[in-house]
Amino acid sequence: MIESDVFVQAMQDMGVNFFTGVPDSILGGIIAELMNRRLYTPAVREDEAVAMAAGAYMAGKTPAVLMQNSGLGTSLNALISLNVIYRQPCVLIVSWRGQGGKDAPEHLVMGEVMPQLLDTVRIPHRTLTERTAIEDFRWVAETFMKQQVPVALFITKGVVKGLHP
Amino acid sequence: MRPEEGTLISRAQAMAALLELLTDQPVVICNGFPSREAHKIADRPTHFYMIGSMGNAPAIALGVALAKPNKQVITFDGDGNVLMGMGTLATVGALKPKNFIHVVFDNEVYGTTGNQPTISNVVPLEKVAKSAGYVNVERVLDRDDLLYEFKDMLKKDGPSMLLIKVNEFVEDAGRVLHEPPEITRRFMKAIA
Repeated sequence: MIESDVFVQAMQDMGVNFFTGVPDSILGGIIAELMNRRLYTPAVREDEAVAMAAGAYMAGKTPAVLMQNSGLGTSLNALISLNVIYRQPCVLIVSWRGQGGKDAPEHLVMGEVMPQLLDTVRIPHRTLTERTAIEDFRWVAETFMKQQVPVALFITKGVVKGLHP
Repeated sequence: MRPEEGTLISRAQAMAALLELLTDQPVVICNGFPSREAHKIADRPTHFYMIGSMGNAPAIALGVALAKPNKQVITFDGDGNVLMGMGTLATVGALKPKNFIHVVFDNEVYGTTGNQPTISNVVPLEKVAKSAGYVNVERVLDRDDLLYEFKDMLKKDGPSMLLIKVNEFVEDAGRVLHEPPEITRRFMKAIA
């Protein structure tokens, strides 16, 4: 399991210096660590978070947005009619609820279709694992700034330490 | 009554009056006719013209304001837009960025799609903003008041909302000519 402070440090090491989002239990440890470091600006909806991140990017920051995958549905229009067409990069740190069909019913459809959904709207994505973490972070760092697009890093349950291990 | 009694000014007239008072401040302009009109009145590199992501103009401006605390950031918004992204009033009210001015052109209709009514005739958006924590909030009906209040807001710590009741008249303005990636590039360069 990756410690939350190691995860946050890896993000900071790749230059990310503006974090916003809407919480999920899987992301609880990461958000707590970001709040400890006074790096987190909370948003009330995922599309708002994505738009704030776009503004911060244009003002010189390197942004990341944290969200549960249900938030991809909420923010889809902002992602494709703002970030993608205006070429505004952003790291999307997305918790993968409903993976493998084992979760509450509201997560099951998005949990199943999420990778296809992002393929369809041409947002590159990758799933973080402890074994491949260094490569995963390197891929994120290279992809989002080079391609000037949002990229998603999926966080599955138990990969990054949460608040209640 | 629609538009509100005593309202004679058009959005383009109001916008032209505001833009005369602005110089190099970043201005994030919501999608639809407002961006087209601003582009026609004064095309400045400090303008970020939106063509999609309705409801998100103040969130983009908030991101700029938080990242550039020493620059006053303006957003030009509409009543339909504010209603769609109303949660952002709460985020702004809670974070209280001092350098944030939210201008709402309230014509009580979705003008870009054919003047279907919004609900801003019965929901006073400036009162919502005040309750959410905006520090200065004004509702104006004519040009003299809008100039007076906007000049005052430029001198004060925000967040501020200036709601301008405007009529439904739309300026004959074409689409914004710059491509979206070019709008991003020149806005970034202009506010760096």
